[in-house]
Amino acid sequence: MSDKATSQNTISVLDRPNSYIGKTVKRSNAKRLVQGRGSYVDDLELPRMAHVAFCRSPYAHAEIVSIDKSEAEQVPGVIRVVTMDDLMDYCTPWVGTLDHLKGIKSAEQWPLAKGKAFWQGEPVAAVVATSRAIAEDAAELIDVEFNELTPVTDMTRALDPETPVIHPELGDNLCFERKIDAGDVDAVFADAACVVEDTFNFNRHTGVTMEPRAIICDYTPADGSLTLHMSVQCPHMSKNLFAVHLGLNEDKVRVICKDVGGSFGIKIHTYSDEMAAGALSVMIGRPVKFTADRLESFVTDIHARDHVVKARMAFAEDGEMLAIDMDDVTGIGPYSVYPRTSGIELNQVLNLTCGPYKHQNYRAIGKAVFQNKNLMCQYRGVGHPIAVAVGEHLMDEGARKLGLDPVEVRKKSFINDEQYPYTSPSGAIYERQSHHQCLDKLVDMIDYKALRADQSAMREKGIYRGIGFVSLIEVTNPSPAFYGIGGAKIASQDGCTIRLDPTGSITCTTGVTEQGQGTETIIAQVAASAVGVDVENVKVITGDTDIVPYGGGTWASRGAGIGGEAALQAGKALRVNILKVAGAILQANPETLDINEGNIVDIETGTERMPLSELGRIAYFRGDTLPADVQPELVVTRHYVSKEYPFAFTNAAHACHLEVDTETGLVKLLKYWVVEDCGTVINPQLVAEQTRGGVVQGIGPALYEECMYTSEGQLINGSMADYLLPMAAEMPDIIVGHVTTPTLTSELGAKGVGEAGTAGAPGAIMNAINDALSPMGTRVAHMPFTPDKILKALGKI
Amino acid sequence: MTQQTAVTLNVNGEAISALIEPRLSLADFLRTKAGLTGTHVGCEHGVCGACTVRIDGATARGCLILAIQCQGADIETIEGVADSGSISDLQENFVERNALQCGFCTPGMLLTADELLKENPDPTRDEIRENLSGNYCRCTGYQSIVDAVEITAKQRREGA
Repeated sequence: MSDKATSQNTISVLDRPNSYIGKTVKRSNAKRLVQGRGSYVDDLELPRMAHVAFCRSPYAHAEIVSIDKSEAEQVPGVIRVVTMDDLMDYCTPWVGTLDHLKGIKSAEQWPLAKGKAFWQGEPVAAVVATSRAIAEDAAELIDVEFNELTPVTDMTRALDPETPVIHPELGDNLCFERKIDAGDVDAVFADAACVVEDTFNFNRHTGVTMEPRAIICDYTPADGSLTLHMSVQCPHMSKNLFAVHLGLNEDKVRVICKDVGGSFGIKIHTYSDEMAAGALSVMIGRPVKFTADRLESFVTDIHARDHVVKARMAFAEDGEMLAIDMDDVTGIGPYSVYPRTSGIELNQVLNLTCGPYKHQNYRAIGKAVFQNKNLMCQYRGVGHPIAVAVGEHLMDEGARKLGLDPVEVRKKSFINDEQYPYTSPSGAIYERQSHHQCLDKLVDMIDYKALRADQSAMREKGIYRGIGFVSLIEVTNPSPAFYGIGGAKIASQDGCTIRLDPTGSITCTTGVTEQGQGTETIIAQVAASAVGVDVENVKVITGDTDIVPYGGGTWASRGAGIGGEAALQAGKALRVNILKVAGAILQANPETLDINEGNIVDIETGTERMPLSELGRIAYFRGDTLPADVQPELVVTRHYVSKEYPFAFTNAAHACHLEVDTETGLVKLLKYWVVEDCGTVINPQLVAEQTRGGVVQGIGPALYEECMYTSEGQLINGSMADYLLPMAAEMPDIIVGHVTTPTLTSELGAKGVGEAGTAGAPGAIMNAINDALSPMGTRVAHMPFTPDKILKALGKI
Repeated sequence: MTQQTAVTLNVNGEAISALIEPRLSLADFLRTKAGLTGTHVGCEHGVCGACTVRIDGATARGCLILAIQCQGADIETIEGVADSGSISDLQENFVERNALQCGFCTPGMLLTADELLKENPDPTRDEIRENLSGNYCRCTGYQSIVDAVEITAKQRREGA
């Protein structure tokens, strides 16, 4: 056997002949979706299925004095009307804490309000009926007597002594606090050539998935099984939680998740109305469907952000950033969300601020406080948009004050290439990043000099254009350090099973899930490449806990990096098994054979020896013709968990070009650019589209999106007509470029890409607006940057 | 409110008769009485465009009109146009350009885009963006959708 033969079988999948890695492969599931043949939860009708509607608290904070459900019970078609008292035997409460977030605390949360309601929209009673319309009719007839309590809505005053304590048993309104104090911050600030500071407001906003949350809970009393048809990102996590809190045998709970109409982190949490639907299905022994309507989505889908940050930054005269000192307060609603907690976002803000830079002086204090608004938890980008906007805004302010270019200040301050692996003052460990390369490429892409020249020329005409940069890091491929070490049963490993079918095609099942980002396609690309078949002959099955390997699902940008590596290793192992059988059939040394385009081939010559369909025919139907010691094993499972580093950090550089109308305060986006380094790019089109979609989800909260509450805790814009979202007309074209630094922690080398766009865009928009406003000597730092805020900054209103 | 009334709608060329409550929206009629779940309900306020269908040839919001108002009308849904192949070029370009992710907005987006191309066979990118602004997409950021519509317009002009 030649050396070449050996190397062919050990060669990386990236370099195999006909590898699909790095190629744009079309999503096979897209063909179904453009024909309206998707299968979303609400599309599903089950025999005997009932529908639930909720009576929700109209108050942000109120004692429930009494609930009269008698009138509702009389409505024809109503099956059951319940309050929490009725559900006590069917469900246990949950508490959103994690062991590794020291000191985090929260109160017990129940499926329906128990004695008190803590936010406007909290479910208080539920009606199960033969149709959703009847259930809603009856829910309106439930008579709840509330005794209004003082709501805590201003997070900056949540810890004041005179502010009521929302959960008296917790002692105060502090959920979680974290402090970092690295280096000698005070000394550096005292000696700094330049100090800048600002106060930032990050608005509450929410995911607005086009498909609202939906669940069908189908309990079968005959065998104690519960099947959950869910629109969810993490089927195994849901399986565990519903079993634990409904008191069921976990082995008898199955989660089936078909098409998901957008998720973005909204669909990874425990929602009281969904758990109530589960308890009701157990109670009545029938399938129960709950589909949130849009108002319910606005008042119960987790909200995001809601931070006030005060921060200052110190610079050397040459523009090198030396130190940052910040104070972050975030309002998380009345409970820490279970099981991921509402402390993670704050943790991320502290971990990631100024992540690209080599400063060693960093002080940060973060506090997550309770308030009587909807719950806040992890949404796409988790903490990153705050960390990036704060750090990058101050970088720009420093540059302005020092009279330097913002690009030069960043380049002076980046961690040097030879310093990797690098540990940041917050304790984050970076394997390798490409900040210099990304920013250099970005400056070329945008034709920076020409943009600056245009800016000057336009200012002469009274037209104010701005250029905003950000450099950022993104947490991807999380290890158990994210949730597992905190005691949550959220898998950080993932598995992939690949089977050779008699037709010569392969079928993959994987624990990572599909919400439209293309997970199934990239798994197919990796598996096809690793085994050696055409990608058209790969079927990928996701989202069924009875079928797929145990896994975490898709969140924290882990699908490609974790799920992809499991698929790669499973595919390689299956190829070895297939070649063993092929060697027996062809009477050849398996190491002289390979698989290419669905055929067994000679490695040396590429000569086709046998199609896989023939091997499949013999293995499955004529095993009698194989030697006695050859038992084909044509199904292989492999798993992958990231161990060497807690996270695989990606990095990116963004630039935004926009125009501010100083008469109207309107911002017009002209163009947007991203240079992204997510390691190995499996599918360039899907990476670019994740980036574009992510950027627009960052533009939304920077310019339009805000969950607006009154001081009484009333959400006043809970409809799509009132809550502004990015629309096609206002969005710019987004140009995406790549630098590729594969992670060496896996053979595939892929890192995540789902969130970096959202992480960077708010900061880039803010910096571009402030660049545009700089001739007027004013700036903004309170998102969203609506015309009124810009006009106020300009002193025009 | 719950009094049932008989209606017949011509849905994708097929007469669908049902006893319905007058309050039933066209979108819910299509989903629950005709089994046409490609019409999606996103906001029930006529804002998001996910429920866009054709009524007597013109696009309309299925959530803003009652089924009973559509007695005798010709309704076309994404399933109908998919079966007839009348927008297969647009559908193929959406797939080719990855102009959809989760797919929830896609049926409405396709019908809106097709109507634009019928009214304006040579739209600029800005006109495409303006015209699609009644249909929300939370996944793509819109650029790939604009690309797919632009490519289809070009192909239709060249093929015509």
